[in-house]
Amino acid sequence: MAEPRKGRASGIGGIVTARISGGPVRSLRARYPLLVLLGQRIALSAGLLLAVSLMIFLGVEALPGDFAQTYLGQSATPQAVANIRAELGLDQPAVSRYLDWLGGVLRGDFGQSWASRLSVSDQIAGRLGNTLFLAFCAAIVAVPLAVGLGMLSVLYRDRFADRFINVLSLGAISLPEFFVGYLLILVFGIQLGWVSFPSTVYAGMPFGARLQAVALPVATLVLVVLAHMMRMTRAAILNVMSQAYIETAELKGLSAMRIIAHHAAPNALAPIINVVALNLAYLVVGVVVVEVVFVYPGMGQYMVDAVSVRDMPVVQACGLIFASVYIVLNMVADILGILANPRLRHPR
Amino acid sequence: MAELLEIRNLRIEATIWPPGEAARDVPIVDDISFTLARGKVIGLIGESGAGKSTIGLAALGYGRGGVRITGGEVRLDGQDILSLGRGGLRSVRGARVAYVAQSAAAAFNPAHRIGDQVIEAAIRHGILDRAAARRRAAHLFEVLGLPDPERFGARYPHQVSGGQLQRAMTAMALLPGPELVVFDEPTTALDVTTQIDVLAAIKAAIAETGTAAIYVTHDLAVVAQVADDIMVLRQGRMVEHGPAEKIITDPEAAYTRRLVTVRTAEGAEAEDQSDRLLDIDGVTARYGELTVLSDVTMHLPRGQTLAVVGESGSGKSTLARVVTGLLPPAGGRVFYRGRPLPPALRHRTRDDLRAIQMISQMADTAMNPRHTVAQIIGRPLRFYFGLRSRRRRDRVAELLHQIELDPSLAHRYPAELSGGQKQRVAIARALAAEPEIILCDEPTSALDPLVADGILKLLLRLQAETGTSYLFITHDIAIVRAIADSVAVLHRGRVVRFGPKREVLAPPFDDYTDLLLESVPELRTGWLESVLRTRRMGSAGH
Repeated sequence: MAEPRKGRASGIGGIVTARISGGPVRSLRARYPLLVLLGQRIALSAGLLLAVSLMIFLGVEALPGDFAQTYLGQSATPQAVANIRAELGLDQPAVSRYLDWLGGVLRGDFGQSWASRLSVSDQIAGRLGNTLFLAFCAAIVAVPLAVGLGMLSVLYRDRFADRFINVLSLGAISLPEFFVGYLLILVFGIQLGWVSFPSTVYAGMPFGARLQAVALPVATLVLVVLAHMMRMTRAAILNVMSQAYIETAELKGLSAMRIIAHHAAPNALAPIINVVALNLAYLVVGVVVVEVVFVYPGMGQYMVDAVSVRDMPVVQACGLIFASVYIVLNMVADILGILANPRLRHPR
Repeated sequence: MAELLEIRNLRIEATIWPPGEAARDVPIVDDISFTLARGKVIGLIGESGAGKSTIGLAALGYGRGGVRITGGEVRLDGQDILSLGRGGLRSVRGARVAYVAQSAAAAFNPAHRIGDQVIEAAIRHGILDRAAARRRAAHLFEVLGLPDPERFGARYPHQVSGGQLQRAMTAMALLPGPELVVFDEPTTALDVTTQIDVLAAIKAAIAETGTAAIYVTHDLAVVAQVADDIMVLRQGRMVEHGPAEKIITDPEAAYTRRLVTVRTAEGAEAEDQSDRLLDIDGVTARYGELTVLSDVTMHLPRGQTLAVVGESGSGKSTLARVVTGLLPPAGGRVFYRGRPLPPALRHRTRDDLRAIQMISQMADTAMNPRHTVAQIIGRPLRFYFGLRSRRRRDRVAELLHQIELDPSLAHRYPAELSGGQKQRVAIARALAAEPEIILCDEPTSALDPLVADGILKLLLRLQAETGTSYLFITHDIAIVRAIADSVAVLHRGRVVRFGPKREVLAPPFDDYTDLLLESVPELRTGWLESVLRTRRMGSAGH
């Protein structure tokens, strides 16, 4: 009976010494809780990115079919197929190919396109720029509009303006983007002739013309993401509106808009930031359909083309970039959410 | 002389939706009239549901949670503020009439600095410019006894204590120089040793600024310290109204007399306390790195009541978690009938679990809102004794009878019961397990005094009938006096005093117990001043 008890006692002693030796880490956490929290969040993103890169590589690896076979056609001799495979490095073991690819990516080199034999990085550079431009234009319209409409619908909650905003944005989110896209093309591009179609842009295009070209895809994207952000803003602020400090503000004789903007919104920031980040990520990643509808030379179209010819370096590169956008935007959202919390910004 | 505030025939209604019936309006407050002269303080007193906060808020033309002022007049300096419209009301609120809420911790916006919130109303109403407002804030912080008044405003609400926030809220109300301040239970959420300081600070600030005040509270002893007049309310109607001294010493209405002599529960202290049922031996408990209990030792004699008294943060609820096994202690052990109990809940036998039951402060949150009373009480009957159908129904009825509830309540849901009834159901659920020990964690602190008194009487009667032992956790010295056999005083996780009640509550005291005992408000005017005077003399003497 005495034996195990003694063993347990020394085990507890071991934990105590381990805790004491962990002193510096603990004091760091106690002194800079915010920095430690941010460091953890960034490390998590880095780990997630690495895991995603592996999943993308494995996923592409697991796809049926073979580029050399597809490229050379049915009548290819085994020797020709083997030559192509050797040329592209496909005869190497998967592990070394993954490490090669990852090393290249870290240097900013995504390898060569199998189909065009051009550098993937160079090709992507221009197209990623186009996609980001489209997403940026949509975001700069949609985010303030959504947050503003959200606050307005809180101000007029359960009244006509609130219902109107709700119904309109719900209608917009219910229609698929290709339908909205074609509808806009029909009305504004063809019947009214206000904007040009297709929305093709090219390098060296003047800024004004470029803006005009993206007007319709931007409008489509705004309509698609608006409702989600607007409704989340409304819900997040309404959630705060029942707090006691809102009543305090009301009993101070403040105006309704000041109460919403100054007293409610700052406390609803974390959920709003999160939904905005998700929608921004969607703007970058989910534009494939919109880009195809409007014949817009962005990442989405590039990836669709590459998939159809099994151009794996391009597919991998696009996948990794899309994943990075998601992970980075969500990380930024979490970091802003942490910073928006005064308890973490100003520890006791 | 023209009165500052004149409330005449005030009627306030709310819409209710009784299940299965059409919505209808019911009066919350009916036919209330009183006047208040400049610089005077009126105390509104009553139990919950008496409408006292509602009347206080009506002085700002505000109806909380959808209640509507449907009749009467609220005249401020002769002008009916109810006829002002939204814009006009805004110019009154926060400028001429200000409000101090019960929970300052919830009433301050966590996203902004205290100072910015304190000066906001004065700046928005154009009463002071920013620099002047900051100077006045620092001055008020000093009057209210806040530390480092020049820099106090730079902090965020979470960085200061509850008592400090309550004083900051008072500063926020007083800053624009209002003619009337409504204090809505400003010290109810505070510990008793903090309450006395905040009460003194509020009284000093009222005297300094010369504002009139409506002081809402359920605690007659508290309102006796600050009010010139007292109005006693019950179910939205006036019971009695008169000078504070008269209401306390010579009340006319029967209801007021009951309020004045509320505590009638009384148990005789047991002589022999040697038969130990539960031994808490050197218990230390932590949440993560935070040590909440250090080396706590006490014992509970069989069939008796051990009161564990302490303020918030003293670790008294943590002690209950250790005894129940919810929080295995970091050190020390708990013995039940001389046998060590397994520290963790999951290692305890069913009979260990049955022997120790618990009643918590919030009966509301301790019951499944979708279970009926019969299901709630029947659950332990089935779990511990395997009772089913007919026999279980009979036992439920028996238990309801034992806790003095009508057996027809068995089919109700918790939401259909009053606070006192819910706590009785919680007691019945604990009793159903036929426990040796019931842990009572502040079972009466959320209840009105008269209801609480009934619960205490019930607990005493059940103890006499069943011989159950109570570990009774409370912050209320009066309850300790009424029901305890032995007492443990907890302060910051340590036992500062433990023993039979007659020894613990008798001098000589240690410093903390002394402070705790003298901070309990007494029902007489001038008590506050006399305590503060003795304290000053004490500190001068040291």
